[in-house]
Amino acid sequence: MNKQRTHLRFGIRAVQALLLAFAVCFSLGATDASARYDHLNHQLMCGCGCGQVLGECNHVGCPQSPVQLAELRTDISGGKTDQEILDGFAAKYGMTVLAAPPAKGFDLVAWIAPVAVFLAALLGTILLIRQWAVGKKDAAAAPVSTPEMDALREKIRRETGSEGGY
Amino acid sequence: MATFGSLSLIIALALAAYNLFAGAVALRLIATGRPAPISPERLADTARRAGIAGFFAVTAAAFALVYSVFTNDFSITYIMEHSNRALPAAYKFAALWSGQEGSLLLWCWLLGTYGFVLRLRHKTDVKLYAYAGTILAAIQVFFLAVVNFAAPPFSLLRGAIPADGNGLNPLLQYPEMVIHPPLLYLGYVGFSVPFAFALGALMMRYPGEKWIKITRVWTLVTWLFLTCGIFLGMHWAYAVLGWGGYWGWDPVENASFMPWLTGTAFMHSVMMQEKKGMMKSWNVWLIFSTFLLTLLGTLLTRAGLVSSVHAFAQSSIGSWFMVFMGIVIAVCIFTFILQRDHLRSDYQVESLVSRESSFLFNNLVLLTACFVILWGTLFPILSEYVEGSKVTVGAPFYNRVAVPIGLFLLFLTGVGPLLPWRSTSLRAIRRNFVIPSIALATTIIVCLAVGVRPWKDGQFDSGNFYALVGFALSASVFTAILSEFLRGAAVIAKQTGKNLAASTYVLIRRNTRRYGGYIIHIGVVIVVIGLCGAAFNRNTERELALHDTMSVGPYTLECVGFTQDSNANYNSDYALLDVYKGGKKQFQMAPEKRVYLASQQPQTMVAVHSVLSWDLYVVYEGTNPESGQPIIKAFLNPLVSWIWAGVVLIVFGTFVALAPSQTPVTASVRLPAARTVPAEAVLKGGD
Repeated sequence: MNKQRTHLRFGIRAVQALLLAFAVCFSLGATDASARYDHLNHQLMCGCGCGQVLGECNHVGCPQSPVQLAELRTDISGGKTDQEILDGFAAKYGMTVLAAPPAKGFDLVAWIAPVAVFLAALLGTILLIRQWAVGKKDAAAAPVSTPEMDALREKIRRETGSEGGY
Repeated sequence: MATFGSLSLIIALALAAYNLFAGAVALRLIATGRPAPISPERLADTARRAGIAGFFAVTAAAFALVYSVFTNDFSITYIMEHSNRALPAAYKFAALWSGQEGSLLLWCWLLGTYGFVLRLRHKTDVKLYAYAGTILAAIQVFFLAVVNFAAPPFSLLRGAIPADGNGLNPLLQYPEMVIHPPLLYLGYVGFSVPFAFALGALMMRYPGEKWIKITRVWTLVTWLFLTCGIFLGMHWAYAVLGWGGYWGWDPVENASFMPWLTGTAFMHSVMMQEKKGMMKSWNVWLIFSTFLLTLLGTLLTRAGLVSSVHAFAQSSIGSWFMVFMGIVIAVCIFTFILQRDHLRSDYQVESLVSRESSFLFNNLVLLTACFVILWGTLFPILSEYVEGSKVTVGAPFYNRVAVPIGLFLLFLTGVGPLLPWRSTSLRAIRRNFVIPSIALATTIIVCLAVGVRPWKDGQFDSGNFYALVGFALSASVFTAILSEFLRGAAVIAKQTGKNLAASTYVLIRRNTRRYGGYIIHIGVVIVVIGLCGAAFNRNTERELALHDTMSVGPYTLECVGFTQDSNANYNSDYALLDVYKGGKKQFQMAPEKRVYLASQQPQTMVAVHSVLSWDLYVVYEGTNPESGQPIIKAFLNPLVSWIWAGVVLIVFGTFVALAPSQTPVTASVRLPAARTVPAEAVLKGGD
């Protein structure tokens, strides 16, 4: 009993640690200026319509990316937070300038749906396998004595001569 | 030539329609056993022959288009828009798939080629092949109708014929573009064949799992083509687009990746059906979904529903594809409902920790990844519909959502082969997992020691964290697979007295499928290691005057010249850079920027120096108009060559898996070839 409780406690701790690691993973970001600049220019799209992330737009004579990159530098040196910078760009260039949907309003669905589908499928698969496993045990435990099986046994006995033979 | 091409396409459509109609009537007559004025077997054979003739008609049309490109027949609109006189010969071939009409003709030709091979091999199982051939004919009818009526490649130009064409899109003027699209299309189109077999087997209530064995080679070959196509596309993006990366989560890339994921899931779960008679309905739906995803991908990228960096061909053929997809879905659902009792599983999974359940989880993860990509690709449309404004779903979304899923899949790649079938004991788990766990822990410690840490300047770095997890899992999975090889080889070495290398060879030959699969998994591990390298990419940009230098990583680049060149096809600016490492000159690089004369479009020609540990990747960004000096951007991309090396191993592993196994019995006693059963007899008696 004690051993079980220890295992349970250990399991809960492991899950807690895992959740904490994921929370840290998804919530923190780099903070020094050059890292912030690099991080943020990968959160924005080039506004010229080339479909590239701002930090990676490299086509010759792009009219938009140097302007946007300069604005980004100004915003960072001006002391704005990441969210303020992203909001400012979205207000100026439209929502399509953000390289990923914001995690608010209807766009939150974009982030929730994959996780929800994965968890639902995972849970569904686990439950299905457990149900199959339990069904298998029940089937093994139950006496096999249906009329069809009895008839089949009778037929086998007759055909193999195991009834009244030697 | 335009008339010849158009006529060939009309004839091909007529033949495919006859193949479909006559084949369907014949199979119906055979199934019901109703008397008919013509022998159903003979009718089925005429349908098959029409299918074969159809291949020659489409080949004639494809030849007509290629001939027109080579003879600069600018009276044909397609040729005028996608070629020009100065275009090198290799790229004139590429013109065949550079636009909507040509690429659909290529699709038809590849479909015709697959159909041709399938119909020639009909004696393997006449009835099943007749069903598959008829279903394939239905797909051919659709695509041939599209190229005849919605996107005709031979439509003539109105007005005066220009002296020269607009030229080929500069992005396509790269050697890989001559092989990447055909390989990708071979993969896309190829999934029509397993789809046709699966649907046919379901329609005819094919007894047993033999149809899976018959289609196994088709599926593997198709998967191989798609894999090669995707990776060649990555390499092309890396070498041509000049942004230092190889995968941008663009809708066109996503469109090719989704059927690959479901196809991979099918190849895994189909083993459960073969070995245990399980997951029959699941497998049928996997292959249905894979085929539907190839259609959806085509619809998304060609109908202008989603914008893409490299959607070369967009038009209004979307409605055609939507209707066809609707028909395919309806037929699949109808057939499934009608025949679902035929798909009842013989066995069920008995334990949560077993080989069977690992296959289930593998499928779950692959399908979740497919859903995530589909969801991300379609979400801008959904968002626009709900909110009235579009949003962008780009790399940050996929990196955050898809990368953890990918790592979980990598974990399963290692765990799956270590679990026995049916169920496993705690002792077996301990025994099998000790070495991979040690490898995992050791790699984490080594990575932390050498500086791969999930934090930088006291802050958490998700890129480094994923790289650390990726490296550790890769080491663990590699060890797990290696131990499988060693365990098997040691047994053979003990039995035969051969050395370990020879025993490993015998082991692989005895079960090519299993060990070919393991080789593919090692290839995947190597690819993942290469992908993890992206977390440590570095780049720098500078305008360089003569003898100016710039540094990236251990390299120093010195500009020793910048000049211009021109030929009939393009003008180019390029810089000559001497590369030094440790004060010694190592080699010279010449990044280039071209402007193609016909289209007046610029194009980057990246200079790449690749070694095992990293790529030095140099881009000629442009010329400063004031100083006339080149602006150079240099990247140091670690481990990129591992990606391409991993792909080579994946290809090798697939070839091994395709090779027939040589069991000890067949190795020593060669059986005589089986007698061929007359086609008619099989067709009559096989129902």
